[in-house]
Amino acid sequence: MNAEHVPHLTATYPGRKASGRRWLRWLPLFVILLICCLPFIFPFLWMVSGAFKTAAELFASPPNLLPDQLRWNNFVEAFEYQPFARHYFNSLYIAVLVTLGTLIVASMSGYAFARIRFPLRSVLFIGLLSALMMPVEVTIIPNFYFMTQLNLINTHLPLIILPIFGPNSIAAMFLIRQFFLAFPRELEEAAMIDGLTRWGIFWRIALPIARPVLAAVTITTFLYSWNAFLEPLVFVDDLQLFTLSLSLRNFRDTYGVPLWNLQLAATTLSIIPILIVYLIAQRQVINSFASSGIKG
Amino acid sequence: MTSTHPAAPQSSGRAGWLRFRLIAPTLQQRDSLFGYLLIAPQVFGFLIFVLIPLIAVFAFSLQDRNLLLGTEDPVGLRNYIQLFSTDPLFPVVLRNTLIFTVGLVPLNVSLALLLALALNTRMRGSTVFRAIFFAPVITSGVAWAIVWRFMLQGDDGMVNQVLAVVGVNGPNWLFEPGPAMAAVIVTRVLKNVGLNMIIFLAALQNIPRELTEASSIDGANPRQTFRRITLPLLAPTLFVAVLVTFIGSLQVFDHIALLTEGGPANATMVLIYYIYYVGFRLFDIGYASALAVILFFIALFVTIAFWFSRRVLVFDER
Repeated sequence: MNAEHVPHLTATYPGRKASGRRWLRWLPLFVILLICCLPFIFPFLWMVSGAFKTAAELFASPPNLLPDQLRWNNFVEAFEYQPFARHYFNSLYIAVLVTLGTLIVASMSGYAFARIRFPLRSVLFIGLLSALMMPVEVTIIPNFYFMTQLNLINTHLPLIILPIFGPNSIAAMFLIRQFFLAFPRELEEAAMIDGLTRWGIFWRIALPIARPVLAAVTITTFLYSWNAFLEPLVFVDDLQLFTLSLSLRNFRDTYGVPLWNLQLAATTLSIIPILIVYLIAQRQVINSFASSGIKG
Repeated sequence: MTSTHPAAPQSSGRAGWLRFRLIAPTLQQRDSLFGYLLIAPQVFGFLIFVLIPLIAVFAFSLQDRNLLLGTEDPVGLRNYIQLFSTDPLFPVVLRNTLIFTVGLVPLNVSLALLLALALNTRMRGSTVFRAIFFAPVITSGVAWAIVWRFMLQGDDGMVNQVLAVVGVNGPNWLFEPGPAMAAVIVTRVLKNVGLNMIIFLAALQNIPRELTEASSIDGANPRQTFRRITLPLLAPTLFVAVLVTFIGSLQVFDHIALLTEGGPANATMVLIYYIYYVGFRLFDIGYASALAVILFFIALFVTIAFWFSRRVLVFDER
């Protein structure tokens, strides 16, 4: 079978000698894609460039692609204007807790729905899954009301708890279940014969096997929490408790006009770590989203 | 002594019953119990934070409930009647939501498909392109909207300066109704198109190369191959992508809040922003709940409609 394919492959994809002409063949597509890239990549470049400019230079005409001089002071002022470091930390620790909580909740239920038989299993599963089609915004008002009753407004608790049980977590559960359905159960059966308890099998055999899908859930959930905006806006209005999303929006003067250079500096600071991780683990990140996107 | 004697068999009988029910349940029972324990957090969390709030939103929508005034009076369908008869903004909101969705979904899906087809080749550097097109997806909606708001400023914004180079006098994008809607749609597409692109790309790579090669050997031109082979095999993925993009197009709160706040003159006031505005600016949570119920039914109706038409339209289904 393989031997048959080899000559065919060499015929379709000639060796290095012809690569010059092959490159030419791709040139039109390459140029088109290059142009298509501009609106995707330029906002990032323009943001970083703006982050180093003075307020006057931002709207210079003609625009300066590179700032006259690197005004690092924008970054300093961003931290002085409001407790930006605190906001940064808030976003970080909330995202970490949301991710951990989602991993625990969704891996347990995802495993159970794939591997354990119990009455009402499919009813419960379909019930949970139906939440995926519902926008979270539908329930934000009652959730806000209940949190008010519980005196949890202006705490981070709603921002941590709601995502752990909301649609994102149910999507994670579904993803983990699909993983186990596709994975042969021999290892777990062998462990059962070796006398491991049910919990031991889950904890020591199943979870290590599921590392790839758990990594995918980690990436998508962390970003979900890190990028959240409506929930922080609704549940928090104490400046000390702001998350990054609220903080970025808050770089305004008393008339509501954005302090552009500070805002762009802060936005740059909020994006850079994410982009660095993305550039390093690009394939992994993209695959995480691709796998969680294919739900149908 | 004599009095305790009759009690002895009784207690051993209870112990036997205990052993049967609790100490030694069948393997199946133990498994079920373990299963319930594992799903318990997810199921209870779902009940408390999704299902009960969903029921509550229906209940609230039948009340005159205002957080500022402290009212909690049942008013039957009054909120809904107000919605469809006297609220001057609601028809505008529905129209805007429709325009936004009808503008966004086809643009997003077709651009994603084109990009995926372009990248599903053996061209050098396609992984770099893929990474670039996907980068906005992982970026926060807030950051993306802030940067675009910066670039879409009236005279001196970057977009208009670029347009001026080619001789086009760009509008004051975010302060004129038509251009504002267009800008909001296009920048949202740019943010999320990468997600559909990689999903299509994954689906395209699952299509066996033999199939497309066979059809080109049989004399089909690339367009025919796409039309007759690729597209039908891609149809299930396309279908789900359209549905997910559709639901996603209803959830554009961060984008609208940062770019236009529903303005100018309510031109970009879509349903999701209107819910926020009524609920958390005016604190009329009864009326906002009625709006949220409408959002719920739109999502529900669209989902059901999609799943039914899927059976008719999608040929090959696993």
